Amino acid sequence: MNRKKLQKLTETLTKNCKHFNKFEVNCLIKLFYNLVGDAAERPGVPIGLDRNAFRNILHMTFGMTDDMIMDRVFRGFNKDNDGNIKVTEWVNGLSLFLRGSLEEKMKYCFEVFDLNGDGFISKEEMFHMLKNSLLKQPSEEDPDEGIKDLVEIALKKMDYDHDGKLSFADYEKAVREEALLLEAFGPCLPDPKSQMEFEAQVFKDPNDFHDNMNP
Amino acid sequence: MSQQGKTDEEEHIDYERKGEVYKDLVTFLKEKSAKFSENMSKQEIRISEEQQKNQTDEVLKKEQTDVVHKAMSGIDKSKLEKNPVNFGKNQMTRRLEPSLNWRITVNGKDRKSSVKDSQEEKHGGKLEKTRASISPGRTQLLRKSADKAEETISESSSESEEDEEPPDHRQEANADLPSEYWQIQKLVKYLKGGNQTATVIALCSMRDFNLAQETCQLAIRDVGGLEVLINLLDTDEVKCKIGSLKILKEISHNPQIRRNIVDLGGLPIMVNILSSPYKTLKCLAAETIANVAKFKRARRVVRQHGGITRLVALLDCAQNSAEPAQSSVYETRDVEVARCGALALWSCSKSYSNKEAIRKAGGIPLLARLLKTSHENMLIPVVGTLQECASEENYRAAIKAERIIENLVKNLNSQNEQLQEHCAMAIYQCAEDEETRDLVRLHGGLKPLASLLNNTDNKERLAAVTGAIWKCSISKENVTKFREYRAIETLVGLLTDQPEEVLVNVVGALGECCQDYENRVIVRKCGGIQPLVSLLVGINQALLVNVTKAVGACAVEPESMVIIDRLDGVRLLWSLLKNPHPDVKASAAWALCPCIQNAKDAGEMVRSFVGGLELVVNLLKSDNKEVLSSVCAAITNIAKDQENLAVITDHGVVPLLSKLANTNNDKLRRHLAEAISRCCMWGRNRVAFGEHKAVAPLVRYLKSSDTNVHRATAQALFQLSEDPDNCITMHENGAVKLLLDMVGSPDQELQEAAAGCISNIRRLALATEKARYN
Repeated sequence: MNRKKLQKLTETLTKNCKHFNKFEVNCLIKLFYNLVGDAAERPGVPIGLDRNAFRNILHMTFGMTDDMIMDRVFRGFNKDNDGNIKVTEWVNGLSLFLRGSLEEKMKYCFEVFDLNGDGFISKEEMFHMLKNSLLKQPSEEDPDEGIKDLVEIALKKMDYDHDGKLSFADYEKAVREEALLLEAFGPCLPDPKSQMEFEAQVFKDPNDFHDNMNP
Repeated sequence: MSQQGKTDEEEHIDYERKGEVYKDLVTFLKEKSAKFSENMSKQEIRISEEQQKNQTDEVLKKEQTDVVHKAMSGIDKSKLEKNPVNFGKNQMTRRLEPSLNWRITVNGKDRKSSVKDSQEEKHGGKLEKTRASISPGRTQLLRKSADKAEETISESSSESEEDEEPPDHRQEANADLPSEYWQIQKLVKYLKGGNQTATVIALCSMRDFNLAQETCQLAIRDVGGLEVLINLLDTDEVKCKIGSLKILKEISHNPQIRRNIVDLGGLPIMVNILSSPYKTLKCLAAETIANVAKFKRARRVVRQHGGITRLVALLDCAQNSAEPAQSSVYETRDVEVARCGALALWSCSKSYSNKEAIRKAGGIPLLARLLKTSHENMLIPVVGTLQECASEENYRAAIKAERIIENLVKNLNSQNEQLQEHCAMAIYQCAEDEETRDLVRLHGGLKPLASLLNNTDNKERLAAVTGAIWKCSISKENVTKFREYRAIETLVGLLTDQPEEVLVNVVGALGECCQDYENRVIVRKCGGIQPLVSLLVGINQALLVNVTKAVGACAVEPESMVIIDRLDGVRLLWSLLKNPHPDVKASAAWALCPCIQNAKDAGEMVRSFVGGLELVVNLLKSDNKEVLSSVCAAITNIAKDQENLAVITDHGVVPLLSKLANTNNDKLRRHLAEAISRCCMWGRNRVAFGEHKAVAPLVRYLKSSDTNVHRATAQALFQLSEDPDNCITMHENGAVKLLLDMVGSPDQELQEAAAGCISNIRRLALATEKARYN
């Protein structure tokens, strides 16, 4: 991508992006194109990160291991649902992912957890997400009993309107009371350490920016 | 986090019975009696309330068993009705008990014990309140917590405390385990066997239990929850650490749990977390440490693992350790970190070595900086820490340097009573130092102190305020100010109906103020003499020392002396000479001096105390220099009356005084010489002193640098020189040269005595010469 295009793209994206400044956006764009690789720019074919590539990043950079959650995160990034994360989606997604406000993160996490997108996190969805969260005891008769119990516990904690499922209002209230519940059903945000490392790595050298922008 | 723990289904059911029959019996009876009293008529509702209150009263334990025994043996209602009265009285004695620890030692280290006790009581009191709401069925468990609370309360601040390590009370397994127990056990299982997500859910759920309740706290421990929680702290998972610390913070209010946490090695891990880059973690770790470090061993462990240095580092708000550019949703503010650090330091600062460590780590300037804030919940632990540390001299210099006094004074005007109390306490500690006393006045601290005297509801605060006033009154200018603010009258008003912690200070303050004539008049006119004299019959040593001093100060006024005499004050003072504590003895003897000087018919009065003179003379056998000095001073006054002088001579005052002559202590030398001086004026005492070899040592006194000693010695030698043998001894010991130097002294009495002595020696020499010629 030539410099002028890069500059224009940076400006456009920075305008819409709430949490990154121009320099940071620039870095992210560069990173994106590095990751996408030297795909030739073919007209009509959007360049982007497919599911596997993205999940790879989640795994390698942010230490995520839960397949299902990673899948949901991909969907969260991929707003237009075309299986391909474009640079806009990349920057906007990361903006929330790394630096979102509590409100933004709550919304994002809820959407990740709401597997069928019906506006509620049901018991079945919770079970699905927590399926592998307990170590299987060989002596246990019903290995799912613990999971079911955990689901009940989570519901008891968070279901304020007692309708047997979590609406966004329920979830929001619970998170405001106890911030730890933000990622209650799985780690869908980066842990603080890997976030720090990522930002340190990607956003290094502001001088670089000036050299590029002001020839 | 996932842990490969075995699910030991049996482990939690603890069939261990600690074979302490006593406790079982008591709890058993208490259960019975609680029901028993519940079944009584409405009148007894009061009793059951008091019984529940008293369940946690350690002083009453044994008495309760007796009383309850009696109740159980079916003695009639009337006996049971008497119980409330007994309990009530015992509660009062119990309240006085902590005050006995309010000792004035030379270093004043123990001084804080009683206030600490009341503070510990406050912290323990939180526990007590929740206990009252638990049904009688849980009484068994309550009993154990009462034992533990007692241990907390009995621990004092100074290093002299016993670090009691009582046997761990496991919950006795019986079928009545509450349902929470099983639920908690399940949650702990998930903690052991879950990944991070499951762990966080379980941790959050665990917080929904009433963690202030002992049953829950012990349940967590008994199912192995403590180990798991502590292990979680050792992982890299930030969320798990946060969740775990939130729980540990709550349950560590329980003294047993605190010990368990330390035993399991939880403290070093928490100290490590203090270095974490995440502020929330730092805060939680510090707050938990603040709760755990409430006993000596814990405080030591914190220090040994570098905890003090790290906690002091938390106080430094301005400095930011590596922080993410945008803090995550889990983060808190810098100010909060400093507050939590101060809380932890406050708990830790109760140990002497920690006080030193805090100072060496540069804690004082940081605390001083934080003092400038206006957040009360920041100020309280900061002032609390300063006040703990201010008992050490090294601190006082630093405190002066950092302009801390100014801020302490400012915060006396706060609305928060606890804050006021701690500021007053800090001032009390620091005002040992003269410069500080001046600073308090210069920054306008005396007025708020005086006005706080009018607020008598909060006894702890009142004790702190009166303490501060006492120490500030050591400076005359401050006393003048206090008089302006009419504090003297208020102090006199506080001489009755106050707990001993307050009285000690009130009387101390009055004792200092009465060094001044005008104040003595005020005290007399306010009717202060009577309550002071009535306090002479107590057993609190610190109080007695102060009361005797105050009474002695008042006795300087003849009019006040009349009142003291009328109230039998002199006899009371005299009997304090029998008090076992040397400080009391000495103080009483000092006070007797003005009494004897100013009483009408002093001689008669003294003679009227049966065995009194013998008692005084025998005190000359004491080892304590202060006692000896004061008794000599008293004897000097007694001996002004010839008859009494004869009596004490009969009691052997001459040999006893002579034995004391070989001393380097200037204070003793002076009063001893004065006593000898007086005692010479009877019979052959002059000669006897010579025979008992008192003369030569006296001559050496002239080499001292203290003019008072010179004067007293010269006078004694003058008296002794009426006897020729003494003159010879003096001459042999080189007295003449020393006395010659003093003839030129500006002190008139000294001049005269020196001259008189020399002339006697000369006269003897001349007479000897003349005899030789004849």
